[in-house]
Amino acid sequence: MTEQATAALVSLPPRRAGPGRPRRGGSYAFAHIVLGVGGLVMAFPFLWQLVMSLSTNAEVQSVTPVFWPAEAQWGTYARVFERLPFLEQLGNSVLVTVIRTLAQILFCTLAGYAFARMRFRGRGALLAVVLSILMVPSQVYLLSQYQIIQGLGLLDSVGGLVLPGLFSAFGTFLMRTAFLAMPAELEEAARLDGANPLQVFWKVMLPLARPTISVLAITTVLWSWNELLWPLVVTTYGDRMPLSAGLATLIGDRTTDYPLVMAASLLAMAPVLVLFVLLQRRVIEGLASSGLK
Amino acid sequence: MTTVSDRPAPPGAPSRGGPVPAASGAPRRPRRRTSPDGLWPWLFVGPLVAGIGVFYLWPIVQTAWYSLTETGPFGGSAFAGLANYVEMFQDPELYVSLGNTLLYTAIVLIGIPIAVGLASLLNLPGLRLAAFYRVLFFLPYVAMPTAIAMVWRVIFNGDFGLVNHALALFGVDGPYWISTPGAATVAVAIVGLWSSLGFSMIVLAAGLKNIPPELYEAAELDGASRWRQFRSVTVPLLTPSVFFVTIVTVIAGFQLFDLLYAILGSSNPVLTRSMSLVYFFYREGFVNNDRGYAAAIAMFVFLVIGIATAIQFRLQKRWVQSD
Repeated sequence: MTEQATAALVSLPPRRAGPGRPRRGGSYAFAHIVLGVGGLVMAFPFLWQLVMSLSTNAEVQSVTPVFWPAEAQWGTYARVFERLPFLEQLGNSVLVTVIRTLAQILFCTLAGYAFARMRFRGRGALLAVVLSILMVPSQVYLLSQYQIIQGLGLLDSVGGLVLPGLFSAFGTFLMRTAFLAMPAELEEAARLDGANPLQVFWKVMLPLARPTISVLAITTVLWSWNELLWPLVVTTYGDRMPLSAGLATLIGDRTTDYPLVMAASLLAMAPVLVLFVLLQRRVIEGLASSGLK
Repeated sequence: MTTVSDRPAPPGAPSRGGPVPAASGAPRRPRRRTSPDGLWPWLFVGPLVAGIGVFYLWPIVQTAWYSLTETGPFGGSAFAGLANYVEMFQDPELYVSLGNTLLYTAIVLIGIPIAVGLASLLNLPGLRLAAFYRVLFFLPYVAMPTAIAMVWRVIFNGDFGLVNHALALFGVDGPYWISTPGAATVAVAIVGLWSSLGFSMIVLAAGLKNIPPELYEAAELDGASRWRQFRSVTVPLLTPSVFFVTIVTVIAGFQLFDLLYAILGSSNPVLTRSMSLVYFFYREGFVNNDRGYAAAIAMFVFLVIGIATAIQFRLQKRWVQSD
């Protein structure tokens, strides 16, 4: 409901009556030129990456730029899978992202609901503690998280990659806000019908929270897929890394196979970019309203 | 199916009072804050609180403690008071990395006025292709930093990069961006600006949408020009969004790591002079394994972000319009 309303708001140009209207109905040539050139600047690196992935290494390194390769080297994309542990890294990225997203949805909706709708001793203090985590930069807990993972013998494993990111103070905050805004009547009606709190949560409140859950899912997917520092810390071997860290290890060799790196980078970004383009309105609104990555 | 009789809900106060039947007649303390939910809340909150406690809260306490200890060569540690902090503040690398971090943040902040302009163009009523532009500008923000870093490395390459090629057209001999300390920071910051612009734009565009159209109509009736409307209506009413974007940009700027690491490359000799605070932390903690020192750096990052945010909230009163 709410999300449809917002979507409608975003899609419909605000209608303005009055004297200003005719003047504004113009062609906006200036706006199109500025936004068009700006958009090109935004998209150019992706296009250039595509061009380079199809070029030969010599073409990439030619001093006069080769804006289109003499012959498109599609074979480079096959080499990504032969030369690099790409499939393993892709698998790690997918696994880590899926597990984290599901876990965050589960833990954050449950906790967010309780913080918003239930009364219990120590609720305020507990909530304050959870939210205070939001203000602390990740470097502050990284060293110790690493030691915990090391202590559990989970270095270089999906378990180690996944673990701290299963829980999110931000997600809890997000879900609590959503549950706070919901009408109490439905909940009370369900309770009077004899539903226990878990049933009320599952059957009544969770469906209502779906738009916010999708925001949580989107932010978690993006953050998990793109994250670099934690994977660098907990993994050492290429095939144990997710794509983000795996790519970072590709550079720095004296002889860089540029087309290979470009093809691998494009493939690594592709799933999230495709998801973004498909769900762009939801993603943009979600990230803009959450204000955090 | 639970029957209603399990949970007697007094019709007068359904959310107050315990589920205990009053038949017991025992004198109860008046108004206990515990609810009819019993242990349920703990079932809901428990997993998250346990996870946050173990993986976030405890580590924060531990890092604060580590920053006061000296890490031995075999991993053991001994209490060292403020020794790490003393050493850190005497370490020229702290100031180099702080300087680079500040320079990076300053350059990325240039994106905010640009984003204000672009967002107001994007919000023109009835603009065609607006959704398309929005996607284009937002694309860099959702793209994996290490993946986009790979193209930018080549674009900034000193020998065959497009930047220097373009500069050469104007007779300018571009530097080896990636391997010249100051230039490397600028190059990374340009990428940072490029990738965060879309986010600022979208937040600002949402802020613009919340400005009531009546205000523009009133201004227009008063004969205000488009520019005057922008200055007197748009800018003041947009300041809360600008403030928010500035806070987020500064916090993200102080945490620069991904782009720097991926654009420069971990084996880049210039890194010691181009590193950010967080890279400095990473190197000490996970490359040099000096836990105590790294912890002190982490606390410093925390402090710097805290101070920067506090200053901005102070200054907020001077320029942010709060209705």
